[in-house]
Amino acid sequence: MAEFLNDWGLSLATFLPVIGATVMLLIPKTNEHVHKLIALATSMAVAVLGVLLLIQFIDNDNYGNLNFVVDKNWIDVIDSRYIMGVDGISLPLMLLTMLIVPLCIIYSWNHFPEPRNPKAFLMLLLILETGMIGTFAAQDLILFFVFFEVVLLPMYFMIGVWGGENRRYAAIKFFLFTLFGSALMLVSFLALYFLGDANTFDMRLLPEAAAGIAQSSQVWIFGGMFLGFGIKVPMFPFHTWLPDAHTEAPTVGSVILAAVLLKLGTYGFVRIAIPILPEAAAEWAPFIGLLAVIGIIYGALGCLAQRDLKRLVAFSSVAHMGFVMLGIATLTDFGINAAVFGMVAHGLITGMLFFLAGSIKERYHTLDMARLGGLLLQAPRMGWILGFCAMASLGLPGLAGFWGEFPAILASYNPAEILSEEIFRSYMVIAALGTVLAAGYLLWMFQKTAFGNPKDEFANDPNVKDATASEYLAWAPLLILILVLGVYPYLLFGASDPAVVNSLSECLESTSSEACFDAAGR
Amino acid sequence: MLAFAPSLLGFVRPDIDWHAVAPELTLLGVGAAVTLLDIILLERGRAYTSAMAGIGLLIALIPIVTLAAQGDTREMFGGAFVVDDFALILKAMFIVVAYVIVLLSTNYIAEGDYWENEYYGLLLSSVLGMVLMASARDLITIFVALELLSIPAYLLATWRKGDPRSNEAGLKYYLMGVFASAIMLYGMSLLFGLAGDTRLSEISAALSGSNAEPVAILGIIFVIVGFAFKVSGFPFHTWAPDTYEGAPTPITAFLAVASKAAGFVALMQLVHIGFGARHDVYQPLLWILAVGSMTAGNLMALRQNNIVRLMAYSGVSQAGFMLMPLAVAGDIGSEALSAVITYVLIYAAMNLGAFAVIIAVAHRTKSGDISSYAGLFRYAPAITICMSIFVFSLAGIPPLGGWFAKFAVFRAVVEADTGWGYSLAAIAAVNSVIALFYYAKIARMMWFEDTPEQADTTALRVPPSLVAALGLTGAATLLFGIYPAAITHFTDSALIALSY
Repeated sequence: MAEFLNDWGLSLATFLPVIGATVMLLIPKTNEHVHKLIALATSMAVAVLGVLLLIQFIDNDNYGNLNFVVDKNWIDVIDSRYIMGVDGISLPLMLLTMLIVPLCIIYSWNHFPEPRNPKAFLMLLLILETGMIGTFAAQDLILFFVFFEVVLLPMYFMIGVWGGENRRYAAIKFFLFTLFGSALMLVSFLALYFLGDANTFDMRLLPEAAAGIAQSSQVWIFGGMFLGFGIKVPMFPFHTWLPDAHTEAPTVGSVILAAVLLKLGTYGFVRIAIPILPEAAAEWAPFIGLLAVIGIIYGALGCLAQRDLKRLVAFSSVAHMGFVMLGIATLTDFGINAAVFGMVAHGLITGMLFFLAGSIKERYHTLDMARLGGLLLQAPRMGWILGFCAMASLGLPGLAGFWGEFPAILASYNPAEILSEEIFRSYMVIAALGTVLAAGYLLWMFQKTAFGNPKDEFANDPNVKDATASEYLAWAPLLILILVLGVYPYLLFGASDPAVVNSLSECLESTSSEACFDAAGR
Repeated sequence: MLAFAPSLLGFVRPDIDWHAVAPELTLLGVGAAVTLLDIILLERGRAYTSAMAGIGLLIALIPIVTLAAQGDTREMFGGAFVVDDFALILKAMFIVVAYVIVLLSTNYIAEGDYWENEYYGLLLSSVLGMVLMASARDLITIFVALELLSIPAYLLATWRKGDPRSNEAGLKYYLMGVFASAIMLYGMSLLFGLAGDTRLSEISAALSGSNAEPVAILGIIFVIVGFAFKVSGFPFHTWAPDTYEGAPTPITAFLAVASKAAGFVALMQLVHIGFGARHDVYQPLLWILAVGSMTAGNLMALRQNNIVRLMAYSGVSQAGFMLMPLAVAGDIGSEALSAVITYVLIYAAMNLGAFAVIIAVAHRTKSGDISSYAGLFRYAPAITICMSIFVFSLAGIPPLGGWFAKFAVFRAVVEADTGWGYSLAAIAAVNSVIALFYYAKIARMMWFEDTPEQADTTALRVPPSLVAALGLTGAATLLFGIYPAAITHFTDSALIALSY
């Protein structure tokens, strides 16, 4: 068993969803129930495989390095190989993906968004899952690029076909923004290949191979990756696609987008940009930190200006991802651990909030907060779940959100030696203000939707009922995890810390970038 | 006069390597047989011609395989005709493309009440020119191959005789093509004057040692401009949209894929062998052509409402991408050829596939408007998925084949490690985003829009030959994307280093 998991587990988990989708392709569209069952069975199988991988991962007891490594020929001519592997940074994100997808299928079991067509919808969802898992597992830049892009098409169709009123605009905007970033990212990857000491795309070898690249080139290369990953995160000036995509996407699309797709960007920084080009990262860090805190404040102010519940949650994503990016910009193990935690926590909490927004929309047929109200009276259980998630999202200690925000703020008090303390301490102050604003908008949102009496138009609406069985099933795992991770964060920190420490270059502990270059022996 | 006599009388036929010219001879034979069939059987022969043309093309593949299996380089006529791996892979591509064109034509031509025997006969002779082009290493051979492939194409473009737009298409194509040939011939005459020889290798030697700057530069520019017409590069693309729209759609596919590829084959040979020493001249020229084509093609494609015109402008833009590696060919040598051939092969698969869908859909809607694709997903899901694969592959989205084509050209220009290369890469990156916008417009129509009310939404029936074409091109597009080694196996730069 152990041998099988080590050699095949990761590839199987990655491609099983596509196999499921292929099987579904061959079955006529009218057998809706069969399609649902196949999709659920496939995603559950992947989730079980994920649990087995987790057990084996703990058993291997090698959190800091890659586990389950597969290294096979793929495209010889360009020295790109099929290299897969996970360590303590990627495993939590991968497991999050494996958890979210079956929950999405359960959630949509009985209410597929118009124009229905469960076959196509579920096939896209499964292809999406392959892309997401593959991105977290790939250890070769070209393989990573391919998986990173594989998620674009299913998401584009999901927004465009099953989305809201303005779906066409939102879908193409999402697609164009991301593609623009990834095209430049690809040029950066190629530059790494040709300018580095060893002509390789292997992420395990690149930190060493890239050390020989001239500093000015490094800064440019990092710039290309910054655009690719920063747009996906999304960071402040590139965030405009996010509220549109989130608002228009069907519930499940929003959940996946928030829970996993945004993490592909931050994961790229942690996995690729910073370990491979630490010096350039140090040059960029103050700038990234600045955009991160602008994102925190801007996102929070954006939330306060929304009437639409879903749009509010979308803007809160901008703010939360700002905290994650601030943690990353400190270039310390503490900050990056906080970022990894923040990614998972944001995935769970914001995913939950989008589920709730979807359920509210289904009951009230509107997300206009001026028309909502009295959820606690009409659907008390759902109302309290919304309250719980709002608390988690604003960073209440004891829930998962806290461990993403607080350590990120703390880390910016003490950034890597190479960075300026003054700058990052000012960022810290601004970010701390952001948490106050977060409490403001989330409580305001909760008050508007859950407190008070229901508005007249919905007061006697039979459509408004409490959470259903499939909703409970889909939400329970997320709610439990939010609580468990909040109470016992070491579950995650314990796994990510060795890997984060391994990924950081020693030269970040020197006092200036010149010293950093000296430390590298040049 | 008398001085010539002995040499005239003493004419000895040069040695002919029959195996090496077997593909060309097979095509010639099949083309002649198709024409004869018409003469002998008259109307009764109609039913067999397309099958005969298709089988003949497949037979022509046999000598290519045996030549490839032997693997040695063969030369004839003092190096004017060379069969090496570069030539073989391209010959195989031209023949497979022509086979798909026959599949696309079968129903289109049979149902349209057009002349069939002449159609396939001309098609085969055009393919013969292309196959010859892959081996041409001398100005005369290149020119003969070019005319052999062009003249039948002029006729084929006017095949829908009753439609004035088809006449316009053929006439425009003819006039522009002849104009380009004239310019090219003038350039060739300058180069010949400089070198005193028509072989590309000799021209290369003469160019590197020559002091006659203006003549050399003018010669290079004229020849490249001549081929820029052929590959429909900006600003020499103006014939393409009208010709594509007016010509029978299978011929449009033929022009957009095979004829363009033939232009690139000639360009590769000229740039790599003939002008190799003067990359200071051709590189900036090709850089401008590449940037102009991809940008102008994209911007004009954004405004199109007709699917064929859109494909024409997208073809201009794709030509810009294919020109990229040649713009740095002096810096990276045969890696540039490898990138161009990789691009051309993948482009052939996905573009032919897109045209197959266009033919299938136009059979129902009788319209070329992009809006006629609205709601296609509702009544023709399989066709919609195929078209989505092709257009997003053209846009370069992984895991579809197009991503590797784009990757190959990006890799080539970054490898050059020059300012020219990096700027080209950045411009191409922006352009690939613009391109996505109009490709996604087609996908949006098919998936997101509702079917127009008066439209016939019974399930779309696709004739078997089109299904075969779709299967072939779709499978290739997916395979090249997921397992690019399937194509790099043939286009490795070590393999296709040109012999001369």
